[in-house]
Amino acid sequence: MSHSTTTTVPGRSVWDGGVSPMGVSYGKLMMWFFLLSDAFTFSGLLITYGLIRSSHPAFTGAHEAFVFSTEYWPVPEKVFEAVPFLHGVSLPLVFVGFMTFVLIMSSVTMVLAVEAGHRMDRKAVEKWMLWTILGGITFLSCQAWEWTHFIVGTGTPTIKNVFNTSTGVWDQVKIFGANLHMNQYGPQDFADFFFFITGFHGFHVFSGVLLNFLIYYNTVTGVYNRRGSYEMVEKVGLYWHFVDLVWVFVFTFFYLV
Amino acid sequence: MAHHSHEPEVVVLPPDKAKIAHLWKVALILGIITAVEFVVAFTLAHGVMKTFIFVVMTIVKAGYIVGEFMHLRYETKVLFWSILIPIIFIVWMLVAFLYEGFQLSNINFLHF
Repeated sequence: MSHSTTTTVPGRSVWDGGVSPMGVSYGKLMMWFFLLSDAFTFSGLLITYGLIRSSHPAFTGAHEAFVFSTEYWPVPEKVFEAVPFLHGVSLPLVFVGFMTFVLIMSSVTMVLAVEAGHRMDRKAVEKWMLWTILGGITFLSCQAWEWTHFIVGTGTPTIKNVFNTSTGVWDQVKIFGANLHMNQYGPQDFADFFFFITGFHGFHVFSGVLLNFLIYYNTVTGVYNRRGSYEMVEKVGLYWHFVDLVWVFVFTFFYLV
Repeated sequence: MAHHSHEPEVVVLPPDKAKIAHLWKVALILGIITAVEFVVAFTLAHGVMKTFIFVVMTIVKAGYIVGEFMHLRYETKVLFWSILIPIIFIVWMLVAFLYEGFQLSNINFLHF
């Protein structure tokens, strides 16, 4: 791990190669630029969410009187208030708060694995990588439950007036749950963004778990000991922290605001 | 069986206690900010003030994750700014799109 900026051998030009102008290896630098581009992708999704949301009417009544309707954008904490095994109990944002906690903790165990890698401590890297993988799997399992609940619905339908083009009259349609064609919680766009934003993030978590497992496997089989460097742990660590970082923004802009 | 080992001799250094303590401190700060966000979510009424508080806290959290966990704070200046400056485009996109969104809110799309 060299922190030198542009050290050159006397008599050689920096243009002769063999220097790392930003003080990091090629792989780490490329990971940073990949993450920057990924940040733009997620920003595109979240900002479009903001655009669509601000172009819809907001719920204006009293907070307690909120009911689901396709006429206005829902209050997020009224949508996400379910917790496994506690059916019918209103616990706004508790489950998603737990998921946030899990992801932050797995970020901590990841950075501890990186620290152990700097010390060439194989046993400690194995231990912390396992905790990180466990955190990732826990998060994905929670998300699977949350999606299932969101898709199935609350059991109380939302009534929507739909114009029937064959009969020429307005029909009252009962909507249970949500998918890409109907949504009991609010306007259709709300469900679409839920699936796309949390889905795209969840896919990143899934990829992260696979990469973390690869790192764990290589650590156990001694690949990094033979290579004499645990830098791969650092690179995948950057990706894993980024997944945590994105969740911080999703949590704020999708669930809190 | 005297099997020759191909495992190289690796010197394992002892844990850097100060560094590990610092990492846990950062984790604690992130936890506390998230807890405060929860308190704000249930005590303040929805409005510009609440959104502003959330945005500020989110940026503080992001700063800790990128600066400490991702180690960007300790990298060379040129790398630090290479990552940070392009974020300006995201800020600009945010401002432009939200402005556009509020203009669109004068039109009700729900019945189209």
